Amino acid sequence: MTINRRDLLGYGAAAIGAATLGLPRTAKAAGELTIAYNVNLPSWDPTTGPSAVNPTIQGLYQSVFDQIIGQKPDLSFTPGLLTEWGWNDDRTKVKMTVREGVKWHDGSPFTPEDVVWSLTRAGDEKTGNPIQFVWKNVNNFKIDGNKITGDVVQFDPVYFKWMSFLTGYILPKAYYEKVGAEGFEKAPIGTGPYMVDKFERNAFLRLKANPHYWGTKPAFENVTIKFVTDAASRVAEIESGSSQVTLEIPYEEYDRLIKKSGLAGSIKNVSDIGMIFFNNKDAMLDKNVRQAAVMAVDKELLVKRLLRGYGQPIDTLETPEYAAFDPSIKVEHNPDKAKELLAASGYSTKKPAKFTIQTTKGFKPKDYEMVQAIVGMWRKVGIEAEIEVYEIAKHYELRAAHKLAPAAFYNWGNSIGDPTTSTGFAMFGPSPHSSWKTDDLDAKIGPLWGEKDEAKRIAGWKAVDKYIAEQAYVLPLIQYAQPIVHSKKVNVVQHVSGALLPALMTPAA
Amino acid sequence: MPRAVRKMARIFIQAYGHMLLQRFLVRLLTMLVTLFGVAIVVFVVIRVAPGDPIAMMLPPGASDDDIARLRALYGLDKSIVQQFFIWLGGVLHGDFGTSISLRQDVLGLVFDRLPATLELATVALLMAIAIGATAAILGARSRGTAVEAGIDIASGATLSIPDFLWGLMLILLFGVLVPVFDISGRVSPQLDLPFVTQFYLVESILRLRLDLTWDLLKHMLMPAVALALPLAAIIAQLLKQSLKEVLDLDYVVLARVKGFSETQVILREALKNAALPTLTLVGVQFTFLIGGTVIVERLFSYEGLGNMAIDAVINRDLPLIQGIVLVFALLFVLINLAVDMMYALLNPRLRHG
Repeated sequence: MTINRRDLLGYGAAAIGAATLGLPRTAKAAGELTIAYNVNLPSWDPTTGPSAVNPTIQGLYQSVFDQIIGQKPDLSFTPGLLTEWGWNDDRTKVKMTVREGVKWHDGSPFTPEDVVWSLTRAGDEKTGNPIQFVWKNVNNFKIDGNKITGDVVQFDPVYFKWMSFLTGYILPKAYYEKVGAEGFEKAPIGTGPYMVDKFERNAFLRLKANPHYWGTKPAFENVTIKFVTDAASRVAEIESGSSQVTLEIPYEEYDRLIKKSGLAGSIKNVSDIGMIFFNNKDAMLDKNVRQAAVMAVDKELLVKRLLRGYGQPIDTLETPEYAAFDPSIKVEHNPDKAKELLAASGYSTKKPAKFTIQTTKGFKPKDYEMVQAIVGMWRKVGIEAEIEVYEIAKHYELRAAHKLAPAAFYNWGNSIGDPTTSTGFAMFGPSPHSSWKTDDLDAKIGPLWGEKDEAKRIAGWKAVDKYIAEQAYVLPLIQYAQPIVHSKKVNVVQHVSGALLPALMTPAA
Repeated sequence: MPRAVRKMARIFIQAYGHMLLQRFLVRLLTMLVTLFGVAIVVFVVIRVAPGDPIAMMLPPGASDDDIARLRALYGLDKSIVQQFFIWLGGVLHGDFGTSISLRQDVLGLVFDRLPATLELATVALLMAIAIGATAAILGARSRGTAVEAGIDIASGATLSIPDFLWGLMLILLFGVLVPVFDISGRVSPQLDLPFVTQFYLVESILRLRLDLTWDLLKHMLMPAVALALPLAAIIAQLLKQSLKEVLDLDYVVLARVKGFSETQVILREALKNAALPTLTLVGVQFTFLIGGTVIVERLFSYEGLGNMAIDAVINRDLPLIQGIVLVFALLFVLINLAVDMMYALLNPRLRHG
């Protein structure tokens, strides 16, 4: 066959025509949902390796694996694979009741043996569970029907809360032992609302509704999750109709997109805060400087001007959804008082207190801009801070080595809302994640780790938060709001943990 | 092998074999030294660069013992020299280590993603050659006219815009405003792929699954064009200049006297000689183009090696970074070797020693 130029042009036109006729790509088959997700999924074992402690991908895990104890969108706990849980009176044993009638994605029955095997494996340091320090606190599990008991090695009041948090998943004992870690990575199964249909690393995940699911059946039969790590591309995905839901886009884009026909938005404060760590060195050893640094910052203005009004100023590391939130703890914005405090230590705008503040740029919404604004507010009261931009990896390295600058911007997530996983690990000296390390604070926090009386424990953490606020050991800034843009044909329920869960999405009437 | 082919091969080897073999061996040696150098540099640089992979994976309650245990687990408790020789020993045995973040064999991960990047880069290169050569020929044919000036202005403008910005513009134009192409990924997730290799595009053509070929191209065209445009502009400028020089030579003038049209003169007589400098440039630029895939793949969520490289850097996944860089370096030297050999083959002065 001979193809001449005219034929070739004709074929080209036909190809473009065919592509155009394929439009619109917004038309999805009934029961189909496509989500443009902001992170990749590195690994399928939710209990080992670095991805197990990555909060951003927990929504993907929770679609396939049920958490041991469920969590409602408002962070409250609800029966999951365990229907009952608790301690005996003297806190030496744990008691759990396993849900009956649950099936794994391969149709095999979910059993108490799976629970015991998963918890034992999680507590074994050889398996590489990053939260092993929690799971090792209970061992010697015994099964009686669908009841499990275990011996408490060291009482940890948050043990059960971790069952809704990082690595708090049950894996299938028989299947995992049969296929091994590598086989599980290739074909993971869980008990969750969705089953893995197809997975292309760095590209997409296809989920199929689990016909055996014990809970509310998912409304969408098929869900495609595209891993679109670039925010501009996620905006294009939703704007073109290629995806029906996306998240974590700039607030400016959120405001623009929700005005478009066919699109709607949902924005809610989530369990993620912006804060400035203080390090107990240099100028920060002076209480007046710390207090002035805190009082000089107008957090309302930061939210209004930089975050377009989304988010909420905070005065402690606890947000209103957390168990130890105390609305009575207030830190005033008072630049005049800040000047007085600095003057008492011999500082003024002409002779400012000097230190370095470190920040990431683009890791969190407006992180660098926020620090720039704060430095400007500080300058007006007599603090001259030099901004040092670094990558988040450098932050972790410096923090673990207790070498952060006197001030360092960071964000802190806490999707179980317990004070140990916010104030606790962020402020307790021996924690590798704290920056302020002083004996006075550690003496107040230390006893709370093992406190058996829950009311007393929460009251204790509130007292710690109050003390931290008085001493200005940290500068809490804002609670972040998570923007989600979606097609008007989809209803989205936001989870305060920040996890985007397709099982909570339904077709709009 | 048919007798005629064997005969031709024998003649070829007799004519050029010695010279090419000598050149090939010298380049091979240089290549090995280069790769060793790259291995040392990347190994040292990523270890002294800010960001400790262990600090990034520390659980909230980690003690000093836990940290030491993690360091030992990933072999980071040894000196850099020890770590290097352990790694090098592994590499020489085909073991590039295990990825810290993905917990899989590095070589397997790299070879899984490499075909996607190679296909993208090759399509981009072909596009760049097609666009660049067409513009060059058109410019040379219309030298001194407004058409040539127009081509010069367009080349300059194209070159001044980086590939990722082209990518964003293409997304806006053909992904959002006139949504003809897919914005993200390599292939539609809904499709069942019968492929046995990762060379999806090649396999779809070989299997005559043109539906899949079209789907793959719908995903690939925008990133490929974004990568191709700057290179096309370079090719257009260089080839046009070379053509203009060759077009004044005696043998070309003779061809005109013989009655060939200007287009025939360019295509049949001038292009072969004028293409040599462009060929070398294309070889060098192809390596840059592969490097450019890192950002463009990220922008289009294209599941290639470049996209994986960014994740590896963010996660400070040292074994994966080393593996990716070494494979990129190997690609670069192989491409340069191929260009060098081709240049020697085409250039009569080099061919005859």
